Amino acid sequence: MIRFSEVYKRYPGGGEALKNVGFRLAPGEMSFLTGHSGAGKSTLLKLITAIERPTRGQVWIGGENISKIKSRKVPFLRRRIGVIFQDHKLLYDRTVFDNVALPLVVAGLNHGEVRRRVRAALDKVGLLKKERVYPVALSGGEQQRVGIARAVAGKPPLLLADEPTGNLDPALSLEIMNLFAEFNRVGVAVLIASHDLELIQRLGYRQMVLDHGELVAGGEPL
Amino acid sequence: MRALLIRHVQVFFYSLGQLWRTPWGSLMSVAVIAVSLTLPTALYLVLELTDEISGNWQTGAEITLFLTDEVDDKAAVQLADRLRQQPGIRSVSYVSAAAALEEFRQKSGFGVALDLLDQNPLPSLLRLQPDPDQAAPTQINQLIEQFQALAEVDTAEFDHAWVQRLHAMVAIGQRLALIASLLLGVGVVLIIGNTIRLAIFNRRDEIEISKLIGATDAFIRRPFLYSGLQQGALGGLLALVLVYASLGLLAPVADRLAGFYQSGFTLQIMGWVELLLLPIIGGALGLFGAWLAVGRHLRDIEPG
Ligand SMILES: Nc1ncnc2c1ncn2[C@@H]1O[C@H](COP(=O)(O)OP(=O)(O)OP(=O)(O)O)[C@@H](O)[C@H]1O
Ligand SMILES: [Mg+2]
Repeated sequence: MIRFSEVYKRYPGGGEALKNVGFRLAPGEMSFLTGHSGAGKSTLLKLITAIERPTRGQVWIGGENISKIKSRKVPFLRRRIGVIFQDHKLLYDRTVFDNVALPLVVAGLNHGEVRRRVRAALDKVGLLKKERVYPVALSGGEQQRVGIARAVAGKPPLLLADEPTGNLDPALSLEIMNLFAEFNRVGVAVLIASHDLELIQRLGYRQMVLDHGELVAGGEPL
Repeated sequence: MRALLIRHVQVFFYSLGQLWRTPWGSLMSVAVIAVSLTLPTALYLVLELTDEISGNWQTGAEITLFLTDEVDDKAAVQLADRLRQQPGIRSVSYVSAAAALEEFRQKSGFGVALDLLDQNPLPSLLRLQPDPDQAAPTQINQLIEQFQALAEVDTAEFDHAWVQRLHAMVAIGQRLALIASLLLGVGVVLIIGNTIRLAIFNRRDEIEISKLIGATDAFIRRPFLYSGLQQGALGGLLALVLVYASLGLLAPVADRLAGFYQSGFTLQIMGWVELLLLPIIGGALGLFGAWLAVGRHLRDIEPG
């Protein structure tokens, strides 16, 4: 699903954020990405969605080399990846329903299909009753679940999450991680960047560890 | 194809809804656009009207040919007959020196003074009415030149030289109206460009998130382009109302003028094509302004 080969990333005016990173994530596999603050976790995820381009090396997503992907093709890459953010990135002037519908509308699905899929996604995260509510009226954990519903609504084969439990208490964090595990069980590949080592140990998935931009553990699939 | 059409219609109404949701900002820019379009249109129509009125005066105008002393009555009548045959002349009348003196005596009240003269100081003359269809300033000028060249004619005069001056001023005015239209058109483009720029910045988050979840540039651009188009077209529509209102104020005055000059013109209000022209021009300018703003500012908003 994901393949990195000798990937380097240097930000203009910054140091090397990623150095010689190489790994694979198989289709349907779930894995955690850990490391100290500034290790390069977010950078790695940004390379996968073409928010940033690698300075050197190759990145393949679903068999397509995206190291030098044309801007015009980027939207279609992103439609195949569901992304969850620490700060949710919801639209606060739209209802829960409209937020979840956004990627489907963007992809040009018809009205009935959008309805059906939004309902299904909200049902999976347990928020079907809140579809008419605005995000401000939701707790942090609920907002994060709306973010997850939006990411999975288009049924992408790959989910990425950057610190999805960063602001949540341990019980809620576990709940969110279990949600990812559920999607993984139905065949979705999942890559989660997280600090929460204790929780990660408990869940027992593969761990990749970044240290100052270098992948020091978990580079090869188990 | 059908799906694309449906999406365009959806975005069209969505943008209209956005206008409705932010009524003050939208109203302001629509009003500014309306005023910008009204000014040159009104100016243009007034000039058009002036031209028409002056044209009417011109048809009532005469050319006077003052004949030389050598021309006697018989020669003058022959010349009159000859000129009558010429195209562009509707009628010619001969006024002998004696008749001219008599006319002058009656109209001026200098009768006693004229009696003191032992010789008639006035020349005999021909009065010509040009054909109204061929009374454009250039055609009149041609006639005058031609008459001036005749041996029998001392001087040829067109008694409404100022009408021609008015014509020249109308032409200058039209040029000015054109320049004003161009400048105000640029103004409309800038106004809408700025409104759209603000709208883009207000919806920064939405644009960024849309890009993150796979929206194409065309998808993001569309509502802003529609918004510019709609604001411009609405401004044009409002301008139409304003133009009508100002013409309504002008109508009684114009009617009085028409009465003075016994000319048959009426205040011509624009026809259907011109009616549509204002919203179309407004819409086109709006679309262009939005297109500039979108091209300039959408690129700046990238997720990072
Ligand atoms: N846009 C940028 N421009 C310049 N340098 C950047 C940029 N983004 C990240 N960096 C640098 O790259 C390095 C890796 O950053 P990154 O955000 O990937 O770390 P991280 O592992 O996600 O950290 P955290 O756990 O704090 O989120 C850091 O040294 C950071 O300062
Ligand atoms: Mg990070």
